[in-house]
Amino acid sequence: MNRINRALAQDKKLISIYFTAGYPQLEDTTEVIKRLTDSGTDVIEIGLPYSDPLADGPVIQKSSEQALRNGMSTKKLFQQLEGIRDHVDIPLIVMGYFNAMLQFGVEDFCKECEVIGIDGIIMPDLPIDIFEVDYKELFEAHGLKFIPLITPETSANRINTIDALGDSFVYMVSSSSTTGGQQGFGDEALSYFKRLADMQLTNKLMVGFGIKDALSFEQASRYTSGCIIGSAFIQTLTKTGLDGIPGFIQSLK
Amino acid sequence: MSKYSANDKGFYGDFGGAYIPELLYPNVEELRQNYKQIIATDDFQKQFKSLLKDYVGRPTPLYLAENLSEKYKAKIYLKREDLCHTGAHKINNTVGQILLAKALGKHRIIAETGAGQHGVATATVCALMGLECIVYMGAVDIERQAPNVARMKMLGATVVPANSGSKTLKDATNEAIRDWINHPKDTHYIIGSVVGPHPYPDMVTQLQSVISKEVKTQLLEKEGRELPDYLIACVGGGSNAAGLFADFMDHEEVGIIGVEASGKGVETNESAATTILGREGIIHGSKTLLMQNTDGQITEPYSISAGLDYPGIGPMHANLYKTGRGKFVSITDAEAMEAGLELSRIEGIIPAIETAHAFAIFKYLDFKEDDVLVFNCSGRGDKDLDTYRTYFGY
Repeated sequence: MNRINRALAQDKKLISIYFTAGYPQLEDTTEVIKRLTDSGTDVIEIGLPYSDPLADGPVIQKSSEQALRNGMSTKKLFQQLEGIRDHVDIPLIVMGYFNAMLQFGVEDFCKECEVIGIDGIIMPDLPIDIFEVDYKELFEAHGLKFIPLITPETSANRINTIDALGDSFVYMVSSSSTTGGQQGFGDEALSYFKRLADMQLTNKLMVGFGIKDALSFEQASRYTSGCIIGSAFIQTLTKTGLDGIPGFIQSLK
Repeated sequence: MSKYSANDKGFYGDFGGAYIPELLYPNVEELRQNYKQIIATDDFQKQFKSLLKDYVGRPTPLYLAENLSEKYKAKIYLKREDLCHTGAHKINNTVGQILLAKALGKHRIIAETGAGQHGVATATVCALMGLECIVYMGAVDIERQAPNVARMKMLGATVVPANSGSKTLKDATNEAIRDWINHPKDTHYIIGSVVGPHPYPDMVTQLQSVISKEVKTQLLEKEGRELPDYLIACVGGGSNAAGLFADFMDHEEVGIIGVEASGKGVETNESAATTILGREGIIHGSKTLLMQNTDGQITEPYSISAGLDYPGIGPMHANLYKTGRGKFVSITDAEAMEAGLELSRIEGIIPAIETAHAFAIFKYLDFKEDDVLVFNCSGRGDKDLDTYRTYFGY
């Protein structure tokens, strides 16, 4: 069973952490993964930094710029991740922008991921129609789950289309915004989480964007399998470095 | 439909499409489903034509530049887009898109701008229509284009500095896209060129195609034929070129020449000659030719003209280049500045530096004496006076 599905089958609310590879220091990537795992993180999204991250807010933009200045590259990331499976058995997902994958070669990218033991891919700007026609088979052949996004504006019809593309989880964007822009959840967001849960999709639901503490975590995971936290974690890394990791994960519980 | 136009998914051959985050899907989809139909309505056409005529000042003249013709031994016409209200062709597009935004019930307008021309053209139509206007502009560009920033503010627009990335046009575009993600319901994004996700390249080309339609009519009057031998226009994102080429692309006998900015030279790291230095990739939701490193990180282009330093080109142009239908030439800063000075001295027309690039091609291309050339004189040089003054020491 794919590690993502194995994690989703657990009877608990999953903590999924996003971080930018090569940040704060170029060689921090694997150490961040290990410490996150040791601190009780359930899923890790490894962000491949991109020069023009359209769906990301200022915090992730800045960490991406710094990581690129540090010398991070697609090749470098794959080198760093070599052997990571000797230490870590939780799901690892690569998140990046499609141009980076395209320039590396989509097939080569998938192959490298498979060799390393990556379980899934999040590519916000790879549209589902193009994924379905051009890349779905390829991803599946390499054991990679494609994690699609949905937003409060996504129609029921389209949600069903998206649901049919995979069998792991869909990334529910908590509200219409770039990452890191929220201040806790109101009734509107909560009813959206519930509406999606009531749809009884094939895929599980994980909520991202705007989760930063125990309160927002509890709210967003009430009707779903768990939450994805990015900007708030990056801010912790920026302020307290890698030593702040256990405390941050603990603060969500 | 032209074989060089977008198909129903927005692809020009291998290029185009809509590589957008799901977050942007509702916005782009609403536009895609409605733009053709709205543009085709009598109401839209009536208002569009009326504004282009009485507000923009169309049709712009097709002027036979006799002195230039004599010097370069060809029959050279200038399509005088520089005489449009606000000083460039950009306003054709913003007039069209503001009418579209109104038809879609949007009351908040966002735009990106590099040199500020598109920002001014957007602020202008927002003032006219009484709509809120927010223009994203790279922090670096705000510094170097102060007069246009002042114009936008005087027109009532809010100018927001883009402080991300390289703080120039591509980052302003990213910020505008992020704003649109954050405002999916009430906001229309007026992109200023034939770039971005489908339907923008096709929509902006349609709105700018008034240029090529007028050229046909005017050429028939002056030359007794609709088709010139060559069309020449500068290409940054490529909207003035798209407007000039639009209705001629299927006439294979008409030569199409796009002129890119090679900055300090294509062999230097300071250039914007995308067809030479770019590879296929994705920028701002479109698959096109794009300047990037081996990892796919988008690199910062350079040109003395702020309107040409975009790291990609519109997907239609990428396809014209790849299929060989269009020929692309690149012109350095120095060549463009000299051409701008020459046009000023022998025709009494001070062109925008973007436009000046097109007039520098004679060094690289030969024409026959009876060849009819139509240049898009896309913008006037007022905004560039400081750069001209500094360069020539006036």
